[in-house]
Amino acid sequence: MATEPATEFTFEGPVAFEEEAKRERVAGLGPWALALRRLRRNKTALAFGALFLVIAGLCLAAPYWANHVAHSDPYKNHLTDTVTVGGKKKDVVKPNGVPIGPTWRGRFLLGADSNGRDIAVRLLYGGRTSLLIGVGAALSTALLSVVFGVVAGYFRGFTDALVSRSLDLIWSFPVILLGVALGTALALGGLKIGPIEIQGDSKLIPILIIAVVYVPYMARPIRGQVLALREKEFVEAARAQGAGPLRIMFTEILPNLSSTIVVFLPLMIANAILLEAALSFLGAGVRPPNPSWGTMIGDGVEKIVTGPHLAVVPGLMLVLTVLALNVFGDGVRDALDPRAKLHLEH
Amino acid sequence: MARFVLRRVVGMVAVLFAISVFTFLIFNVIPNGDPALRIAGRHPTRGQLETIRSQWGFDKPIYVQYGKTMEKVFTGDLVSYSTQLDVDQEIINDIPRTFCLAIGAAIMWMVLATVLGLYTAVKAGKFSDRFLTVLALIGISMPVFWVGALMNYYLGFKWKIFPNGGYVPLTRDPAQWAYHLILPWTALSLLFIGVYSRILRSNVLDTINDDYVRTARAKGLSERQVMLRHVLRNSLIPIISLWGLDFGAVLGGGAILTETVFDLQGVGQYAAESIGQLDVPPVLAITMFGAFFIVVLNTVVDIIYAALDPRIRLT
Repeated sequence: MATEPATEFTFEGPVAFEEEAKRERVAGLGPWALALRRLRRNKTALAFGALFLVIAGLCLAAPYWANHVAHSDPYKNHLTDTVTVGGKKKDVVKPNGVPIGPTWRGRFLLGADSNGRDIAVRLLYGGRTSLLIGVGAALSTALLSVVFGVVAGYFRGFTDALVSRSLDLIWSFPVILLGVALGTALALGGLKIGPIEIQGDSKLIPILIIAVVYVPYMARPIRGQVLALREKEFVEAARAQGAGPLRIMFTEILPNLSSTIVVFLPLMIANAILLEAALSFLGAGVRPPNPSWGTMIGDGVEKIVTGPHLAVVPGLMLVLTVLALNVFGDGVRDALDPRAKLHLEH
Repeated sequence: MARFVLRRVVGMVAVLFAISVFTFLIFNVIPNGDPALRIAGRHPTRGQLETIRSQWGFDKPIYVQYGKTMEKVFTGDLVSYSTQLDVDQEIINDIPRTFCLAIGAAIMWMVLATVLGLYTAVKAGKFSDRFLTVLALIGISMPVFWVGALMNYYLGFKWKIFPNGGYVPLTRDPAQWAYHLILPWTALSLLFIGVYSRILRSNVLDTINDDYVRTARAKGLSERQVMLRHVLRNSLIPIISLWGLDFGAVLGGGAILTETVFDLQGVGQYAAESIGQLDVPPVLAITMFGAFFIVVLNTVVDIIYAALDPRIRLT
């Protein structure tokens, strides 16, 4: 069986695992099928995974809600409009600047913000941004970590020292401080690397920053795993057959990392969404007036005195999403690596 | 061992040096970041800008500027671009606030996480375990500034149970000091309580089946003694190293969000405000300050581990 789980982690007490294997006549089932079966039995994880999909689906359907139910868009302000609630006409934003709370109707379902914008609409559009940044950053982190981890672990020596010290460097920065510093600097001037030019207000900037900040957390365990994998017999066999380093890295080592990568992804997305929120709160993430859960919470926290729903609503949505990812991610980890102690730090 | 310690300390200095270079570069190579424009205020003349540039040395090559700035960090002559105040002095003024926040929160999360982790492990599989595990997961999933803001609004502003932000020095009034810090401590601790209690729970469940635990039971120790003396002690070792690292991170600017939400005016909040104004000197100094604690505690944890376990020294 090619899939030896992470060797850097300590395994103890494989009794339960072996018993399970005996009980189920697992002969013929691959490791992925086994993991899937274990995951399918974990109803809590599946329920939360489904919750995440529902939230993502709702966010994808944002334009439908905006056009057909709320009759608004995420930027349109209704400062002087009125809305009919229970037969009574109410100001969307009162003359003293207090926005309306949840109406529980199509228009202003979750209330308005201080600019008279429909919070439900912004929440769905903001979710698109937050999820895009979360997923994009997590995938970029995974890609960068795999490249750095595999190269460092495979070549060892000077390459490893160079990569590992660079990772140490990122690791030693205060995470949020680094993120905010990079975010502010890049938002001001944009980013130019050769022919690629990224505008200061592009969503790529938070994606890139979050990806870079989290690389050490994932690249380090991968490097450790590769260090052990490269000594395995199948790598030696491939080398004896004349395979070069690239081929060994891609076809021999990479497939053995897939379970680690899959375990990391949901937890990484959850952390990336949280970091986006923190960066936006400090003004170094998504630029207003573009909605994201982070900017909405930041805005709500600032104006919480005028209406707590401004902060509560986007915050709850974010907590629900991150919680769903965390529970599902835990389930995936338990299914793929029942004995591994793989912890994602914050 | 001495060689190991020496190597780690040299590595530590190298990392700090690299961090200072990197932070300096972030703010100095970006376009539109001309510091002279920020010092000069609105509508400066070309002549004014030239004067400022030569006064502050912005016309010198970048490595000279870096050298000068770093020299000032250590001599205490570093001055902010926007407020013209002494940066080192500002940081020293803010340190007590950040330290009080970090130390209190670190004690709080360690104690509560130990209790929670041990309790859920003992009750593993029962309803109370599941309930508390869900709570821990929720704690991990909440952005700290959101929790903080809600606490501040409901408990501080609306129901007036706690003060609405602010800070009272310990030396002036210890009771008020603690009263003002309870909410920030709680907000900052929640995440760590969630993380630590989950790790501790799985560690306890791992050790509970070890041979020496069976021996302890066999020789007639009470369940309480077995759990506290044998299981908990061994399960805490990995947590304590994590605690050292996180404590370093919180001391070194990790509390930037909590400080901002509760308006504690600590080092983190100073950093947040300076970054907003692209004020390079304070950002540089605070990043160095933060990295210092992270790196030092990393090194201390490594050395303690190496002292306890000689195998680590080989790698």
